[in-house]
Amino acid sequence: MTDLVLAPNLDNTDDFYAALLAAHDGLDDGESHALNARLVLILANHIGDYGVLTQALDAAVKARGGPGQGPG
Amino acid sequence: MVAVRYQTAFRLYPYEKSADQEADRPVRHPVVIVGGGPVGMALALDLGKRGIACLVLDDHDGVGMGSRAICFAKRTLEICDRLGCGDPMVDKGVVWNTGRVYRDVREVYSFDLLPEGGHRRPAFINLQQPYFEQFLVAEIRRLQAAGAPIEIRGQNSVTGVGQQADHVVLDVDTPDGSYRVEADYLVACDGANSPIRTMMGLGFEGRVFEDNFLIADIRMMADFPVERRFWFDPPFNRGETALLHKQPDDVWRLDFQLGWNIDRKVELATERICDRVSAMIGAGVDFELVWTSIYTFRCCTMETYRHGRVLFAGDSAHQVSPFGARGANGGIQDADNLGWKLAAVLKGEAPDALLDSYHTERKQAALENIKNSARSADFLTPRNPAHALFRDAVLDLVEHFDFARPMVNSGRLSVPCIYDGSPLNGSDALGGGPARSRPGAPCSDAPVRDGFLLDRLTGRFAVLAINAAVPESLSIEGKPLDVIPLSAEDDATGALAHRYLGEAPCAVYLIRPDQHIVGRWPAFDPARIEAAFFQSIGKV
Repeated sequence: MTDLVLAPNLDNTDDFYAALLAAHDGLDDGESHALNARLVLILANHIGDYGVLTQALDAAVKARGGPGQGPG
Repeated sequence: MVAVRYQTAFRLYPYEKSADQEADRPVRHPVVIVGGGPVGMALALDLGKRGIACLVLDDHDGVGMGSRAICFAKRTLEICDRLGCGDPMVDKGVVWNTGRVYRDVREVYSFDLLPEGGHRRPAFINLQQPYFEQFLVAEIRRLQAAGAPIEIRGQNSVTGVGQQADHVVLDVDTPDGSYRVEADYLVACDGANSPIRTMMGLGFEGRVFEDNFLIADIRMMADFPVERRFWFDPPFNRGETALLHKQPDDVWRLDFQLGWNIDRKVELATERICDRVSAMIGAGVDFELVWTSIYTFRCCTMETYRHGRVLFAGDSAHQVSPFGARGANGGIQDADNLGWKLAAVLKGEAPDALLDSYHTERKQAALENIKNSARSADFLTPRNPAHALFRDAVLDLVEHFDFARPMVNSGRLSVPCIYDGSPLNGSDALGGGPARSRPGAPCSDAPVRDGFLLDRLTGRFAVLAINAAVPESLSIEGKPLDVIPLSAEDDATGALAHRYLGEAPCAVYLIRPDQHIVGRWPAFDPARIEAAFFQSIGKV
């Protein structure tokens, strides 16, 4: 099974982060949520590996609220 | 008094007084089936063909009104072929291949079912349920005339059920008063609100979906193409979904999602429905309302489908959402699974424990059906804002990118369960054999010379050999098996080899009476066939 990459892996982290924020500029909450949902689905299809995606879901759930507050 | 719960479309078995009603002591029947719907009638037909006497008790005298289950899948048609009534169904039914999905007024994509070639039957047909039931009963009548021990008693309503060590006792109400009858085995095919289940105090657990759907069956001569159309958020049903499906007799099924908080009486008013229909099909199109109904749905199952000598089949055992056509189709597969097992036990050929495997296999199938139909329902009826968020995201994306098409879930094709892990499965010793034909799987059809493979599987255990030597005839404990010796060259299209050989040069399969595969080997070995046979009838 392919392991989810959780070490730094982006080739241009600051540019990506800025682009992500820019995409949300001027959106209300609902529009922002909708944009994120579309983005998740596009990225999921690109990854295309159910095992990696479930690891990503677990990682996202675990990181909720920072250290010490998540389910473990 | 027998209460009338619904109108009948066809009066097929009017009440007649039976000698049982005058008997000094209750008459014992090998099998009593309660409920004369598609599942009960299919089971009666199967048992009757096997020479097992069975009595069907139905509290009405015919087939209920309304198209209800309109999609009958290939596996159902194959089972009906074995039972002898597939042809009239397919002749009458509508075959469609094109589906179109709309959002608002825009077509977001269309698809062709492109069913796999080399099957006698289409992926499914659209047919009103009363016709389906009528064809089953017509075949029962034909068999009865030839001496098959099937009896149907209309307006016989079961009011009490009691289980003894070696039989079941039923109290039955009729227009001439009540009487008592006994059964070696009772099969409850009495629907989602099963009175038998209630009388026995058994649970039915699951999820209710908070939504209502309006069905309007209309007759119109409009020249619409024969295709399935599905709308998300159309102008004529804002914020909800709608479906258009063709049935025989120029009848179309229109299905409108209504939401949870509605006034049923208001929505069922004829004028209101006609307005909805006109908004959907166009103001100038003439139509006539044939049948209307509002339904809600739930996904539920009993814990176990066997309780001593009482077995539950069809909606009485499990209920699914209508999306994906897994209700009636799943129920027919219950009957298919149970018929040969009951017959083998009643003939003394198999131990009573074989009936436990009915629960094991069909509960596995029901959970699969519930999972799939619940997922469709979740897509159509999002339960919270996050669910709606992703559903809408999928619909936004599908208008731009093909990748999102498989995520749109307006109902998946009903496919039969593969009984992986069933205690009846024998060994899978065919190296390189295709996964679709592993033990537990239903046999895939394939062209064979001038006909099709499944037509050769007549309801007995069968040994299928491809490119492998087998004896001309074969029997185990004095019971003959069907022997089907084939060569890969019997099918020039290559489908037979693709579906049964895979990478293997030759193969021998043992196949159950319900056309599910027991085991497979690279060559004929009588000892291994015999061991697998005993495994599959619970004799281990």
